[in-house]
Amino acid sequence: MGMGSDMYRQQILDHYKNPRNYGELPDATFSHVGENPSCGDTIRIDVRLEDDDETIERVAFSGDGCAISQASASMLSQRLPGATLSELKEMDRDDVIDMLGVDISPMRIKCAVLAEKVAQDGAMIYEGEIEIEETTTEDDV
Amino acid sequence: MSTQEQYPIDVEAVREDFPILRRKVGGDVTTPGEGPDDTKPLVYLDNAATSQTPKQVVEAIVDYYYGYNSNVHRGIHHLSQEASVAYEEAHDRVAEFIGASGGREEVVFTKNTTEAMNLVAYAWGLNELGPGDRIVLTEMEHHASLVTWQQIGEKTGAEVKYVRTDDEGRLDMDHARDLIDGDTKLVSAVHISNTLGTVNPVAELADVAHEVGAYVFVDGAQSVPTRPVDVEEIDADFFAFSGHKMCGPTGIGVLYGKRHVLDEMEPYLYGGEMIRKVTYEESTWEDLPWKFEAGTPPIAQGIGLHAAVDYLDDLGMDNVKRHEELLAEYAYDRLAAFDDVEIYGPPGDDRGGLVAFNLEGVHAHDLSSILNDHGVAIRAGDHCTQPLHDKLGVAASTRASFYVYNTREEIDALIDAVDDARQLFA
Ligand SMILES: Cc1ncc(COP(=O)(O)O)c(C=O)c1O
Repeated sequence: MGMGSDMYRQQILDHYKNPRNYGELPDATFSHVGENPSCGDTIRIDVRLEDDDETIERVAFSGDGCAISQASASMLSQRLPGATLSELKEMDRDDVIDMLGVDISPMRIKCAVLAEKVAQDGAMIYEGEIEIEETTTEDDV
Repeated sequence: MSTQEQYPIDVEAVREDFPILRRKVGGDVTTPGEGPDDTKPLVYLDNAATSQTPKQVVEAIVDYYYGYNSNVHRGIHHLSQEASVAYEEAHDRVAEFIGASGGREEVVFTKNTTEAMNLVAYAWGLNELGPGDRIVLTEMEHHASLVTWQQIGEKTGAEVKYVRTDDEGRLDMDHARDLIDGDTKLVSAVHISNTLGTVNPVAELADVAHEVGAYVFVDGAQSVPTRPVDVEEIDADFFAFSGHKMCGPTGIGVLYGKRHVLDEMEPYLYGGEMIRKVTYEESTWEDLPWKFEAGTPPIAQGIGLHAAVDYLDDLGMDNVKRHEELLAEYAYDRLAAFDDVEIYGPPGDDRGGLVAFNLEGVHAHDLSSILNDHGVAIRAGDHCTQPLHDKLGVAASTRASFYVYNTREEIDALIDAVDDARQLFA
């Protein structure tokens, strides 16, 4: 039939098949992990900050899971460098949906926001605002 | 079509009974029911989760609400008597359907299979089990049984053991015979696995369990809807299933228990309806099954379940079984023709009416989203069998499950949609 799916536009599939910034940063300022239990998606995000200890210089991610979660992490890793930690922490789900450029069905929102949540929690842990081992999307979406 | 002739059910006539099967899907989901943006014909292949409801069942519920809605067992007035008779008769009808010769006294209405399992876990397990005792489950238990008995094990100190499944997803009966020892007090086994489709030899398991004096609980959530079941032939001590998987409404499940076993059990919930005499000091319990149905029970749902059982018996459960087998075999064969599709469970000619699989390189949730874009409703996830998925080495799978109104053409639509996903992700 080959009709394709709205949620799987070329961009998403491209990032899923060819993830950008995939791997780990040996000199990361902080890193954090999280999972989306309903899909079994896992994401690890590594962030390196510039000398001002506020501006994001590089982001890498690794993980496993559905196309939405992995493409979202890949896009985020391109989007974040240059932004500050406060800007990261202010992102919300609409920003993620804008970034993905497609409508995400309600059941898949958790997949889409996993990377953003992991990055935000990583930043908050780094700044001493929260203390958690791992992020999960189960409680808050 | 000649290939259809072997199908014993007149699917076209059956589909007339299920208005929902005519709807389209695909648009805005925040307003329920078909809307202007819903353009894809629905292909409903998620029956192992919940089956659709025929007019006959909805009408029985409407008749109750419009004609004799009232509380049961409480009023001398006319409506209450009508409701009570109908509600009690529903128990008898269900007893007949599953071969429980003790009638209503052996049939307790619950909320669902899960609650039936918990009823026995709390009313029997918590009181009777302790350190040194053993509970034997299978590796393919649904969480309804697995999590419940795991908790009872934790609370009582009883140990929980799991009968292995072999590479084809069948129970290893030698392992079962090893595990079910003199310390074993309960064996809880799923009749048909909702993930593998395996039909377990529950009567044989019951024999093994009874030899050591253990009780057997059979989870019939997937078997009662899809084939003739006789609880006495199986010799189950407990047996459970849900109305919403067998053309009935949600909010009702059934716990069958052998009368002498239920008789000896303490109640599970306390309150009105389940008592005979209450003083400020103490209370005595009502007869079976009411002793286990505290509070206002699911009256409309019980009456709906009665109608669902009538509906299935009219089709004939042997016919339902054959229909399921033919569809499962067809789906299995079509999926097995792809070498990038992995199917879980036994071969196509030896399973219940469901097929769980994965398409290589495509996460089950991505696959189900793409199938959804084609109007194909299937289930993706762990189907409440997480440990089994761990054992299979996958986080999730995609499951198509069939019922009396499904056709080969709908399976073709599934295969086309899987093809589309393959191309998208290639
Ligand atoms: C084998 C099996 N057991 C138990 C259940 C639980 O049924 P319910 O959710 O109606 O309690 C299901 C269905 O979800 C099932 O497939």
